Amino acid sequence: MSWAGDVSSLVDFFSTVLRLSTPIVFAALGGVLAERAGVFNVSLEGCILGGAFGAATGAYLLGTPVGGLVFGILFAAAIGCVLAGLAVGLGINQLVTGIAINILVLGLTSYLARLILGADATSTLPGFAPVAIPLLSSIPLIGPVLFNQDPLAYLMYLAVPLSYWFLYRTPWGLNVRAIGDYPVAADTVGVSVPGVRAICVITSCVLGGLGGCYLVLCQVFVFTENMSAGKGWIALAAVILGRWNPALVFVACIFFAFSEALQLRLQFNNPDVPYQLFSMVPFLASFVALVAFAGRVRPPAAIGTKYVRGGK
Amino acid sequence: MLRAIQGIYMLRPVWAVLLSLLAGAGLIAIAGVNPGEAYAALFGGAFLDYYGLASTLAKMSPILLAGLAVIIPLRVGLLNIGAEGQIYMGGLFSSMAALLLPEMSPVVQVPLCVLAGALGGGLWGLIPGYLKAYRGINEVIITILLNFIAINLVSYVAGGPMMQEGAPYPYSEEIREGLWLPYIMPHTDAHLGVVVGIVLCVVAWFVFRFTTVGFGLGMIGKNPVAATYSGIRVRRNVVAVMFVAGAIGGLAGTFEVLGLKHRLYHLFSPGYGFDGIVVAFLAQLSPLMAPVAAFFLSGLKVGGLIMQRAVGLESTVVEAIQGLVIIFVAASLAFRFDRGNWRRFLERRRLLDAGIAGGITNNSGGRS
Repeated sequence: MSWAGDVSSLVDFFSTVLRLSTPIVFAALGGVLAERAGVFNVSLEGCILGGAFGAATGAYLLGTPVGGLVFGILFAAAIGCVLAGLAVGLGINQLVTGIAINILVLGLTSYLARLILGADATSTLPGFAPVAIPLLSSIPLIGPVLFNQDPLAYLMYLAVPLSYWFLYRTPWGLNVRAIGDYPVAADTVGVSVPGVRAICVITSCVLGGLGGCYLVLCQVFVFTENMSAGKGWIALAAVILGRWNPALVFVACIFFAFSEALQLRLQFNNPDVPYQLFSMVPFLASFVALVAFAGRVRPPAAIGTKYVRGGK
Repeated sequence: MLRAIQGIYMLRPVWAVLLSLLAGAGLIAIAGVNPGEAYAALFGGAFLDYYGLASTLAKMSPILLAGLAVIIPLRVGLLNIGAEGQIYMGGLFSSMAALLLPEMSPVVQVPLCVLAGALGGGLWGLIPGYLKAYRGINEVIITILLNFIAINLVSYVAGGPMMQEGAPYPYSEEIREGLWLPYIMPHTDAHLGVVVGIVLCVVAWFVFRFTTVGFGLGMIGKNPVAATYSGIRVRRNVVAVMFVAGAIGGLAGTFEVLGLKHRLYHLFSPGYGFDGIVVAFLAQLSPLMAPVAAFFLSGLKVGGLIMQRAVGLESTVVEAIQGLVIIFVAASLAFRFDRGNWRRFLERRRLLDAGIAGGITNNSGGRS
């Protein structure tokens, strides 16, 4: 194969990695935020699906991708409100609430999608087109991979450093981390533990929802039942692997996207082998990575517990 | 009075189900269908018709066993989201024992198939149990990842090594009739699996209620530190419980293959493992209530299809209602019966009533 052919196939491959990583990165950043505040957000899977459904509905009803984005964010925020209300407000087990929300969103979106989209479910929805950034996009290899993307991918580039800066360089970030590790201390200095937790959970769900919006508005342009297909769970694995640090979590997401892109290529090159052998790869990679590297992880100390003032 | 209030609290799941059916009626109404008619078709079809009831019982087998596979570890404080994967591994192992082993007398081979299925699910449950106990890795994420691995693995085997020659989509050879589970209702699909499920529920109830093993397990669930101090080997028990739960999940898949499908199909379980989670919460983690919850949920699913044919409503509404059920049941968990609070409340009411009565007599007394 010629050198030029190699480069273009590399560009293809890394563009695929980036496309596959975007929804996982959004969701994983959401996971970091919620877990840093001491709340497991197991409903990320549902948030991605809900965001995708909202995006499809908005784009279908309003006819613009921006309308889709707004609907997707609103739907995900609504999911966040339910999670915050049940897990933070009523103090029901966070894992249980998250699983319950996933099941609800799966059923609700399947039903509502058939009602609203109906026969048009398979027709292509309006979406965002790639925007090439002048100059930067003409850098060989890096340019076409990184700087010829759609707006949501650029938003993802911003979201990673922003969330790092927010968590480690701002007083609000300090509050969030304090609430996740030692809520009594935060409460003592007058930070509202349930308030901050609720905000973090809702933002977390919106981030997950953005991942779903990306799927519909930038990638496939249709809504299908259960289209999140486990991405939320991979994002949660990335949160643990990345040690609840946005930068490392981003690296973990890229690793998962890489394994997914690899399996797609393997599928394509080996049509005679049943494809399921390859579609197992990302999950197997997450599993192996968790077992091999999770080792002595130290999650936020107060995670999973309801904060009760004056409680133990 | 207190007892009556406590009774209302104990019926929380019933109120939650009624509320979710009410919310579901709203969803049905959106589609322009009369909710009363839809529900009549749904429940009439699922519970009052001979063949409908048989389908409900056939569906109840995997759902009940999956429910038990969630309930048992949850009483020990472990959330097993992996029943789905355990079902798949159970189906895989049992159909391998049925199709790949040399032909034996059914008296020998059927138990062998069942054991193989239980072992397959059990090993699949052992992995998260071990990782949780000895490595501290969150069992929720591990079991979910293992689900995806198991589903793809079964699809691969059913579409590759074990695929029937010339099959239009991935499934294995048919298992010979001698190895099928007996049917419990003539001319229907209702097979013995549901009976085994109910028996296992009673056994689980007995173990938790009357044995030291069960007491120790419950203690781990409530307070693992205290359990450690009283000499219970927490880690070993965690691993064992996940193995048993996985084995029960494996039985769900085994009976699905030996009792109903008679082949290893790819994607043969449409999320029964997740239905098990719904059952666990609906039954409030009581093994004795699990059959009731599973019966209701299976009826909802079977009835959904009947309703779709009868009134032309999308049967996916049933999935939405199921989601509402679990959300409302989860929310109802927050409302615990607090005897002291209620007693004080009733006491205050009594005093208030007495005060009012006293005030009236005083007033009337003063005036006269």
